[in-house]
Amino acid sequence: MTTALPSGTEVPDGLRLLGGRPALITYLGQVWRRRHFALELARSRFRAENEADRLGVAWIVLRPLINAAVYGFVFGLLLPSSSRPANFLPFLVIGVFVFQYFGACFSDGARSIVANMGLVTTLRFPRAVLPISVVLQQIYGLVWMVAMMLFLVLLSGEAPRLTWPLIVPALLLMTLFNLGVAFIAARLTIHLRDVAQLIPFITRIIFYLSGIFYQVSKIAHGHPKIEFLLTINPVHVYITLVRVALLGPEVVGPTWDPKAAWTLGVIWGLGALVVGFLYFWRAEDKYGRD
Amino acid sequence: MTDTNLRPAPPAAGHDAKPTVVVEDVHVRYRVYATGKAARDRSGLLKRSPAMRRVREVHALRGVTFTAFEGEAIGVVGHNGSGKSTLLRAIAGLTPAAEGAVWADSDPTLLGVNAAMINELSGERNVILGGLALGLTPEEVREKYDEIVGFADIGEFIDLPMRTYSSGMAARLRFAIAAAVPHRILLIDEALAVGDKAFQQRSEERILELRAHAGTVFLVSHALGAVVDTCNRALWIDHGLLKMDGPAADVVAAYEASVK
Repeated sequence: MTTALPSGTEVPDGLRLLGGRPALITYLGQVWRRRHFALELARSRFRAENEADRLGVAWIVLRPLINAAVYGFVFGLLLPSSSRPANFLPFLVIGVFVFQYFGACFSDGARSIVANMGLVTTLRFPRAVLPISVVLQQIYGLVWMVAMMLFLVLLSGEAPRLTWPLIVPALLLMTLFNLGVAFIAARLTIHLRDVAQLIPFITRIIFYLSGIFYQVSKIAHGHPKIEFLLTINPVHVYITLVRVALLGPEVVGPTWDPKAAWTLGVIWGLGALVVGFLYFWRAEDKYGRD
Repeated sequence: MTDTNLRPAPPAAGHDAKPTVVVEDVHVRYRVYATGKAARDRSGLLKRSPAMRRVREVHALRGVTFTAFEGEAIGVVGHNGSGKSTLLRAIAGLTPAAEGAVWADSDPTLLGVNAAMINELSGERNVILGGLALGLTPEEVREKYDEIVGFADIGEFIDLPMRTYSSGMAARLRFAIAAAVPHRILLIDEALAVGDKAFQQRSEERILELRAHAGTVFLVSHALGAVVDTCNRALWIDHGLLKMDGPAADVVAAYEASVK
């Protein structure tokens, strides 16, 4: 079968149209075939970024640690409040560390296409590999952060619990969510470069709304609607799942509902991933154009 | 002209050859975010606030049509900014066509001189990443690694970040990576011009080899000698239009005559 073109030439068998957006199934297959590329890119980037500084990989852990120390100083000593649980230090450390994972995926995800224009304009590969690789790169750092987090929790006087392994599914679900966010941010930044400028502010707002240094149940006491909104915030959901696994349900307060929390974690994770991937895929033929 | 011995251009592919690329009335428009300064220069024409940023469109290709066949090496010539590189990027699917379409029997690979890989990473990492990005498996990359590094011939620099490379070394490495993968359709954009004599010789041989394996090679170059040496056919792109299409020697002669 041949297709006649306006100029009269005919497109013979075996030729196909280039530059278009592949079908979803084809695209998923292409992404899967480049999984080694995504992983190698993440590994190389991770190493390169941490080789530049003298302390290297230590910064992965030091950055959130210093962050936690600053917030601990401000909110623990300067502005003490009744909205915090008794074991505030491990509570804060977990909040800051888990938030760091989200923040890094969000901001690096937004830059994943723009910062890799060299690759995008040189080689043809499914662009979804780039946001995926950004999240994989963060997972390398996350392993160190989790180790440090467990160490600090023990240091603060907490005893190990049987529920500790639950942080693995919690962070896994959060990874799905972060990946979805990275897809959406990557495409938004392509359409409007200015989005990248707004990301630090958006990140900070989410930081303050995610119960990093306060208990949602205490701060929204008597305002069920506000408490509901703060509770379903996905970043808060994942932080809470990790906190409860490490410190026990008392850190949340009497309103702790494990079934609802895990359900929310699954919904946000799968939802963000599906929506984000579809949103990213729909612009596949536009990346690298401007 | 170069002082290399001029090989006679091989005869053009016969009509029984299979087409590999069909370019059909391709238009490409770039969107450029014009700066305030550019707007001020034309403030007599455009009554706009000079500080305002506007999106301007550059019509880089204005309808190019041709068909490439297997076994052909096609040189693309034209002055700077005529749309040569844009044409290759459109064929590679990196710059989507605004109008018209490109049909091909496999994914073309573009090898450009301006495009960097990842500058902070070593040549070694870039070889591995480049191979994987082109769709090789990790085993295939390991197998071909020595061949790629040998072909690029950059010695101990392979362990250093690519930002420390000279432009010639970087181009050599990129060419070596791309040439290690068998391509049906290879697009080369000025990649050879920066290499030294010995490398140019080797890469010209590699292009002829690729042609022999029934692939199609496009070569954008200002080194007209290389075009005549390696290509059997040439396209002359002028202001985004296809001005001439024919045997390499004829097209290059006509182009040279127009420049003088």
